[in-house]
Amino acid sequence: MKHTLSTQQYLILLCITLTASVGDTFLSHGMSQVGQVNLQHLGLLLRALTNGWVIAGIVLLIGFFASYMTALSWADLTFVMPATAFGYVVVALLSRFWLQEHLSFPRCAGIVLIVCAVGFVANGPSRTEHERSHHELDVMDSGVGR
Amino acid sequence: MVGSATSLPVAWTCIAGVAALAISGECLIAAAMRGLGDLDVIRERSGLAGAIRAVLTSPMFLVGAFCMAFNFFAMLYTLSVVELSLAAPATASLTYVGNAVAAKFFLKENVDQRRWLAALFVCAGVYLLSK
Repeated sequence: MKHTLSTQQYLILLCITLTASVGDTFLSHGMSQVGQVNLQHLGLLLRALTNGWVIAGIVLLIGFFASYMTALSWADLTFVMPATAFGYVVVALLSRFWLQEHLSFPRCAGIVLIVCAVGFVANGPSRTEHERSHHELDVMDSGVGR
Repeated sequence: MVGSATSLPVAWTCIAGVAALAISGECLIAAAMRGLGDLDVIRERSGLAGAIRAVLTSPMFLVGAFCMAFNFFAMLYTLSVVELSLAAPATASLTYVGNAVAAKFFLKENVDQRRWLAALFVCAGVYLLSK
């Protein structure tokens, strides 16, 4: 059976991609403002929690985890995985256009490969149907759980 | 590529350990979510609190989350003995391929040709992005 996704489900996959990559970028930007944390300066970790970029990054990563688990409740792990990998592409583009970093040819090739991978999987079914066990069918027939 | 005081076998043991923890965690969480059913439906029926309760009372989810937390600290240790340029792409690539294998054999997912190809493309893409 071919499972097609609703618009809302595509939005959740987009949310996974954006929250993970933008969250990591915010955390990286925030931690560069806080300074290097080591065993002698563990107090800096607490100070990091007052940095706006770090707070925004943590909120986005909580959003990532929530949307990732929601996606796994209606799609296969091997379907959701490339969506998370697409985050690498977003990070590369953010580092090029926001942080003004250089985007080399191998990185461009990497972006193309990951986009292709997402395209392969997005065209297929989102979920594997498993045959229900006799016990589950018996429970459904008896009306329990309705 | 490997930290100056770290031998190659130690470095790859660390990388394999981090990947194994990530694969175990993701597979356990995926199995727990599949067992619970569509979270959107649960949220409509029991509200957000009910959906959160359903997730947090799943033992499989809790073991998976523990593996992911342990994976985080294992990655921190690995980064202290292996250079980031090797550790990050190697763990990400191993995790993608390992997840595809584990999804096929443990989660019984239909990992067809195009999903295998996608996993390999992601590995190659991650490697190129890290250059």
